[in-house]
Amino acid sequence: MSFLKIDNVTKRYGAVEVLHRVDIDVQQGEFLVLVGPSGCGKSTLLNMIAGLEEISSGTIAIKDKPMNGVHPSKRNIAMVFQSYALYPNMTVGKNITFGLEMHGVPKEDRDRAMDKVADMLQIKPLLDRKPGQLSGGQRQRVAMGRALVRDPDVFLFDEPLSNLDAKLRVDMRTEIKKLHQRLGTTIVYVTHDQIEAMTLSTRIAVMNGGYIQQLGTPKEIYDTPNNIFVAAFMGSPSMNLLDAVIRIKGPDAAAEITDYNGHPITLPLPLPAASLAGRDGTKVVLGIRPEAITDPDGADKSAKIVVQMQNKIDVTEPAGSDTFITTTMVGKDVIGRMRADAHVNAGDIADLSINMDKAVIFDPKSEDRIV
Amino acid sequence: MASAPAQADFKTRLQNLIPKLVLAPSLAVIFLFVYGFIIFTGYLSFTDSRILPSFNLVGFENYSKLFRLSHWTTSITNLAIFASLYIGISTLIGLSLATFLDQKIRGEGLLRPIYLYPMALSFIVTGTAWKWLLDPGIGLEHTMHLWGWTSFHFDWIKNSDYAIYTVVIAAVWQSSGFVMAMFLAGLRGIDNEILKAAQMDGAGNWQMYRRIILPQLRPAFLSAFVILSHLAVKSYDLVIALTGGGPGRATELPATFMYSYTFTRNQMGIGASSAVIMLMTIAAIMVPYLYAELREKK
Amino acid sequence: MSVATQDTALRTGRVARTLIYLFLLLMALFYLLPFGIMVINSLKPLSEITGGNMMSLPQEWTLDAWRAAWSTAQIGVEPTGMRPYFWNSIKMVVPAVAISTVLGALNGYVLTKWRFRGDTILFGLMLFSCFIPFQIVLIPMARVLGLMGLAGTTSGLILVHVVYGIGFSTLYFRNYYAVFPTELVRAAMMDGAGFFRIFWRILMPSSGPITVVCIIWQFTNIWNDFLFGASFADFDSQPITVALNNLVNSSTGVKEYNVHFAGAIYAALPTLLVYIVAGRYFVRGLMSGSVKG
Ligand SMILES: Nc1ncnc2c1ncn2[C@@H]1O[C@H](COP(=O)(O)OP(=O)(O)OP(=O)(O)O)[C@@H](O)[C@H]1O
Ligand SMILES: [Mg+2]
Repeated sequence: MSFLKIDNVTKRYGAVEVLHRVDIDVQQGEFLVLVGPSGCGKSTLLNMIAGLEEISSGTIAIKDKPMNGVHPSKRNIAMVFQSYALYPNMTVGKNITFGLEMHGVPKEDRDRAMDKVADMLQIKPLLDRKPGQLSGGQRQRVAMGRALVRDPDVFLFDEPLSNLDAKLRVDMRTEIKKLHQRLGTTIVYVTHDQIEAMTLSTRIAVMNGGYIQQLGTPKEIYDTPNNIFVAAFMGSPSMNLLDAVIRIKGPDAAAEITDYNGHPITLPLPLPAASLAGRDGTKVVLGIRPEAITDPDGADKSAKIVVQMQNKIDVTEPAGSDTFITTTMVGKDVIGRMRADAHVNAGDIADLSINMDKAVIFDPKSEDRIV
Repeated sequence: MASAPAQADFKTRLQNLIPKLVLAPSLAVIFLFVYGFIIFTGYLSFTDSRILPSFNLVGFENYSKLFRLSHWTTSITNLAIFASLYIGISTLIGLSLATFLDQKIRGEGLLRPIYLYPMALSFIVTGTAWKWLLDPGIGLEHTMHLWGWTSFHFDWIKNSDYAIYTVVIAAVWQSSGFVMAMFLAGLRGIDNEILKAAQMDGAGNWQMYRRIILPQLRPAFLSAFVILSHLAVKSYDLVIALTGGGPGRATELPATFMYSYTFTRNQMGIGASSAVIMLMTIAAIMVPYLYAELREKK
Repeated sequence: MSVATQDTALRTGRVARTLIYLFLLLMALFYLLPFGIMVINSLKPLSEITGGNMMSLPQEWTLDAWRAAWSTAQIGVEPTGMRPYFWNSIKMVVPAVAISTVLGALNGYVLTKWRFRGDTILFGLMLFSCFIPFQIVLIPMARVLGLMGLAGTTSGLILVHVVYGIGFSTLYFRNYYAVFPTELVRAAMMDGAGFFRIFWRILMPSSGPITVVCIIWQFTNIWNDFLFGASFADFDSQPITVALNNLVNSSTGVKEYNVHFAGAIYAALPTLLVYIVAGRYFVRGLMSGSVKG
């Protein structure tokens, strides 16, 4: 039994369809992240779960009860908004208890619930202040307090961290994760930040253009992206995508690319030749993550398929913990990740190790991954 | 929020109904008292109504009569003179005041309200003040004579060739401060970085003003034009208080024409047709403007 | 630069600056004189006006004209002074302003936070109603007021002013609420608050400034109206503007200029006071009445 079931849900604004037949089952206690580029329909989907947007067709059910047409306040859900949406004229305490007041909860019970939440989020000293007198992080906490106090079945978050500065964002991210682990609540969380998606979620739904592109655990999404869109969207720096030609020799399959001089390089693939039947000599898109292109000393010792090559380094970008390099393959920029103290300079011809264990290939027409 | 689906719960359906119920009275009133009345007056303009409305259709007769009346042609000629001078001079004065006030003027806070206060007055008050000031027997001319400038002549308000210009003076006095406020807001809204960039590019004062600042005031020009032109077409009170339409018919405007034909000369059909023409004039300006404004706001 | 807003200033020399100051001061004089002279002359006896110089200060200061204008001056046929008309105006303005402001606030709330198909068109139709030449509604309005038994009454005038004031008050609140965060409304909705509760508890507490702007605008407009007052009112309901016009233009007897001036000042006083006390809001109202948003 699923806890929150999104079944064949479509959203239309007039004639324009912005969400197409979305299906997602969320289990109790799950942390589902909806991620995708701006305008892909994340907020729309979340608002439909909340009841703030009408469902054009399909059903959304919570605990097997259909929610279509049920008023937002009767769905037992709580939502944290991007702008926090704290009522500016009410104190923090009032903000937290406003929903309980609207539901007719008596004053003593409201105060007790408020105390509990304030303790948990360490906002006790702020209860008498107005939202205008709070810092960004404090506002964020109050917004979460307002959601928590209702003890809802499902929490909805719409880009809750996007208004915070980089440092605070990381702290609050950890805090949200802790909260989830402690309370075991069910969460649907929208973000367009793929790192947030990877670190927080138990499952990720990658969306684009109103379609779910892939639904899976962070590891599945990262290691076995369904298609070129997911591959390119998840990961930073993003996956290198190269035009390659399939070469099959007996049971072994390889992808052929060219180095900076245009000389061919053969990269063995982790797939059996059988799965590439009929593709010998055809073009594919080869996907290699930047961390699979390293200096030889930095290569993963447990890797099974490693190819050594020499290539000219165009740019180096020391990032402290690593040094990113840009080099040219098949006439395109390719990013690699070296150890911080690898000796490379722009213009050098350097030795590179390419770890092909997790390389993926895509059909250039359908853009789907070839398995 | 979109309308609720059929299976919605009671609260949702109620919450979707209430907003429309709240809006309904205002809409009903507007549809009846504005658009219903416009249709009614439009209809009357095609009838032979005189002292009372009649429903006897006579086609375009009222309109053809109207344009043959010298009283009406005087009114629209006057409106043309009045409107163009009123809009032109108010814009010029408003723009100059705003530009100069924007030069880090000491006492700006004191000057601004002085320029603007006439806007708070009724046109009847404005008319009363200027009527007297322009009266040659007791006002400005009289004072100049007392001060020894005996050749000073300023009797426009008594002169049917010039009286319409006194209406312009009083109207400009009343609204040019308002135009100033609009331009000042426009000037203050210009991005400072653009001006700094222009200075770096070596633009001189005049070039800076013509090429950088004026073009950015386009929206203020447009709003000033729209507001002033609709005020001009509606002008009624000021003429009544200042000249009463005289001397003779020298300062009649369409608004005073409509009133006298409808209510004192009992020519309701003609009065109605003149009102329709006034409405169409204003609609020709307001409809495109409102359409553009509301479109952008989507 | 410390005052960032004044960088549109050009670099000017001393001569230019002197000329600018001169121009600005002359213009200030132009705006001040007509009303200022009127005030000064209202404090003179009539003989000093007709026989003397309008620019000179009174030799004998007197409030006689003010007293006469208030309570004994001949207006129309009755020697009532401006007093009854002043109260007529008050009785008309207060309810008309209150009703049109409340309706405008509710309309603005619906049109921004409870949007529905076609709402922009409806708003456009409401807005256009502010700009129509009122001559187009005079004939049917006179008849409808008659049918409703409101001809010549203050209630009739209140109705008229509410009807033709809704457009502007809706405009003010709509533009103001358009930038009020919709997420707050959604949050309150999820908290279980309904239409009126959201309005009252969430929007109203932040609506102070726009309410002041709207009240001032409506007050000024309705107080200063002449056309409707002249068309639809009789002695018991005529507003002060109509009375002033009658006072000044009554053709009988000697023209008591000083009384006319005092009368004009009575008519101007309430709106001027509002302007002096809350000029900032007055200007804001003017602006958002023209440049939307
Ligand atoms: N009221 C509306 N009418 C018409 N189209 C709309 C409306 N609201 C949203 N859309 C469209 O629906 C699509 C999805 O919008 P949505 O707000 O869900 O995007 P999002 O994924 O949340 O993007 P972001 O990351 O920018 O918040 C967009 O293309 C948007 O233009
Ligand atoms: Mg969004």
